[in-house]
Amino acid sequence: MSESTSESEEFEALLRQKAPILAQCVDSGNIDEAINILMELQHAQTPQIKDEKNVMQTLSDKALILHDQINDGEYETALVTLREMLNLRDRGLYQEVGRLTRALHNAITNFHIDYVSGKDPSDMSEATDRLDYVVQMTDKAANRTLDLVEESLPVADALKNEASELKKQWERLIARDMTPDEFRNLYWRLDKYFKQLDQDATTLSGNMTEILMAQDFQDLTGQVINKVTGLVKEVESSLVDLVFMASQVETITGIVTKGKEEEIQVDMNMKGHGPQINTNQDDVVSSQDDVDDLLSSLGF
Amino acid sequence: MKILVVDDFSTMRRIVKNLLRDLGFTNTYEADDGSTAWPMLQSGDFDFVVTDWNMPGMTGIELLQKIRADERLKTIPVLMVTAEAKRDQIVAAAQAGVNGYVVKPFTAAALKEKIEKIFERVDG
Repeated sequence: MSESTSESEEFEALLRQKAPILAQCVDSGNIDEAINILMELQHAQTPQIKDEKNVMQTLSDKALILHDQINDGEYETALVTLREMLNLRDRGLYQEVGRLTRALHNAITNFHIDYVSGKDPSDMSEATDRLDYVVQMTDKAANRTLDLVEESLPVADALKNEASELKKQWERLIARDMTPDEFRNLYWRLDKYFKQLDQDATTLSGNMTEILMAQDFQDLTGQVINKVTGLVKEVESSLVDLVFMASQVETITGIVTKGKEEEIQVDMNMKGHGPQINTNQDDVVSSQDDVDDLLSSLGF
Repeated sequence: MKILVVDDFSTMRRIVKNLLRDLGFTNTYEADDGSTAWPMLQSGDFDFVVTDWNMPGMTGIELLQKIRADERLKTIPVLMVTAEAKRDQIVAAAQAGVNGYVVKPFTAAALKEKIEKIFERVDG
């Protein structure tokens, strides 16, 4: 016990020394430095925890001691051992949480592609802002494309209608089934049509090019989404680590929890899963034909 | 023919409206989810509903169930146009009384075929 008391005194002294600096760092927005200080404090508080195996070993050892102490009726010392085990468990978790915080912070900081100075880079809302940007970009591109299509369709339709009308008259001319007046009329109508055609074809071609250009969002949004996916993966693997760590502690301490996967599954079926990225799974249809087959098998 | 298009993405509503216009249906209205659509259905005399599944507020399947449970609205044909492609979901939609099911991304031809089929059945 004397060893751990001196340890905690040492830690307290360090805490007193570092706390004002930490507060100052947080106030001035120097989050990187603040996290470094926190990490340092954490290491100071948990010098005996080197790795997870060590934690397991220590917990097992303590458990045996506790068992002996209870058998011998030494309840006071047993309580002390129990408290030590609890501290050890908490410290292990604190350390893991600290490590995760650091990893998360790094992940979010690395997530920036064109970080604007003056804003806090560690702000989690940055990730959501980026996704909002994707929504805006795709919305803008889709609307721009639709505008151009809506503008072009009547132009193309008018050209087509006039062309088929002229074609009929042209065929009559070839068949020499036309009065001189009708021919004069056709003559000027064709003249007008060629001018119109020249002008409209230019418009259509321009619109096509603009539609082409409107697809440039894919490149930008793709990059942003890849970054977000990377972030999510990093966070996920960190969370998996935490869950693994927690489960180890729980196995030793005898806490067992059961998930509610089935309930969630039912709820998701009502709420919707979103687009299926992998249509090769058995419970997912791969095409409209599959949907039709399934529905007709149900009597549709 | 008065049609209600329910989807939370305005671009998708716009695409569906444009496709419907190509098919000769110009009297279309929009709602961004089930809870917006419901009062519109109550007050308006809609002949047809095209709805997405996954929406905030009331989802498409909930809207469908509500329509089928309503004495006055239960006969309105409902076409589901959605990215939801799980077999269980399609079965659930069929059980809830959907008239057609189109998975996104879809083609203009697929939508046209389903709509024509629905009206064939309704008229005949």
